[in-house]
Amino acid sequence: MIELDGASVVVAAGSGTRTILRPTTLRLAERRVALIGANGSGKSTLARLLNGLTLPSSGRVLVDGEDTRAHGARVRSRVGFVFSDADAQLVMPTPLEDVMLSLRRLRLSRGEREGRARRTLARFGLGDLADVPVQALSGGQKQLLALAGVLATEPEVLVCDEPTTRLDLRWRRAVDELLGSLPQQVVLVTHDLEAAARFPRVLVVDDGAVVADGDGASSVTAYRGLVMSSVPAPAVPDRDVTDAVAPGSTSPADG
Amino acid sequence: MPSRLARRAPRTADVPRTTRRTARPRTSAARAPRIRGWRGTLGTYVPGTTPLHRAPAGLKLLLLLAATVTLVAVRSLWVSGAAVLLAVSLAWWVGLSPVRLARMLRGALVALVPLAALGWWQHGPARGSEPALDLLATIVLATALTASTRADRLIAALVRATGWLRPLGFSPERFALAVQLMLRAVPALLETMGQVRDAAVARGLERRPRAYLVPFAVRAVGRAHATGDALAARGLGDA
Repeated sequence: MIELDGASVVVAAGSGTRTILRPTTLRLAERRVALIGANGSGKSTLARLLNGLTLPSSGRVLVDGEDTRAHGARVRSRVGFVFSDADAQLVMPTPLEDVMLSLRRLRLSRGEREGRARRTLARFGLGDLADVPVQALSGGQKQLLALAGVLATEPEVLVCDEPTTRLDLRWRRAVDELLGSLPQQVVLVTHDLEAAARFPRVLVVDDGAVVADGDGASSVTAYRGLVMSSVPAPAVPDRDVTDAVAPGSTSPADG
Repeated sequence: MPSRLARRAPRTADVPRTTRRTARPRTSAARAPRIRGWRGTLGTYVPGTTPLHRAPAGLKLLLLLAATVTLVAVRSLWVSGAAVLLAVSLAWWVGLSPVRLARMLRGALVALVPLAALGWWQHGPARGSEPALDLLATIVLATALTASTRADRLIAALVRATGWLRPLGFSPERFALAVQLMLRAVPALLETMGQVRDAAVARGLERRPRAYLVPFAVRAVGRAHATGDALAARGLGDA
């Protein structure tokens, strides 16, 4: 169970400050929770609060009753975090070594660590690639490996910040299915509204605040409505306008 | 829980064909998958079961140190030449054929040939080319070491070797992790350099170093931040 108690995030910007997340109070008890919202809306920051990667400027965040500020290490061992850029998350030269690095925290013997790392890789269909250089893996394989590295220590909660954004359709499906099959609580930040609509609880984040909170279908509808009503269409050169230009005259871009 | 995952996790058979080809597991120890733009020595472990693979990493590091010191101390062209031959044989033994070795060390060879030529010209063939041969032997030995030793074993050896500094507030684990991060960063930075160059060329800016040096620096720093975040998320700074 994750609780936000008036948690806000404010950062210094130039001479003043900028609010990234307004004071937010939430209880996340569902097994599947999705966060959707525009780029820069604050949803990643909200996700990062959940395992203490970002600490709240005011208020507090509790994971099973433990404050992320006071017990950061303990919270992080319970809450795994997967980034959208798997490349930055993979630290070691080969998959086996990378998973073994995650297991270091458990203080097992080397033999046990290697055995467990190999079993974890096999479970994710990466058994054959244990000793291949990480740079040689495809984007999807890297994301799978990042997940394996995080899940190897069996956290109770998994927070994923856009894990499928950089993947093709096939890998997106593979990762979505994998996330769906996990026994862990999963908090997923995503731009994939189809995937989000299947979640029992979806939060819509806009301009640093949670503006809708409900089941998948209703939240996705709310988000679509929000985008339609508030955001003007991006300024794209309009064909009608260029057609209307008198023949013979040239636009500045041509000169 | 594991059984459930095993059933649902995508198998390699589900993996698109093209990605399988690039990352096919090695059937013979000598064949590594091709990595675009980077075939360097770092992070190239060649799985195998030779005695050199099984020897303790600390012992191998010590032997490498001893060989290096000996080569520098003994000023004989014959010893240096024999050392190069021995080093190349060792590398072959652990799974690096001379062809593959030459490809990996292309950069070093490009630097060593002018060095040898300069020495030859200044001090004659015997004394002049000896330092270049020494360097080559040392580099090949080091390559054989990284090819036969998994990075985590090397780390463990480093941790043990620096353990006596612990009372002084030095953390061997952090030191080892830093070394590891550096090794992983080299190919990653080269890849970034390639991307940034491509972007500059695509915009017709290949003649302007600023057009790729500035974004390269920005991306390198961004990557460092992302790596730091990833380490923190995995609890590696907490221990």
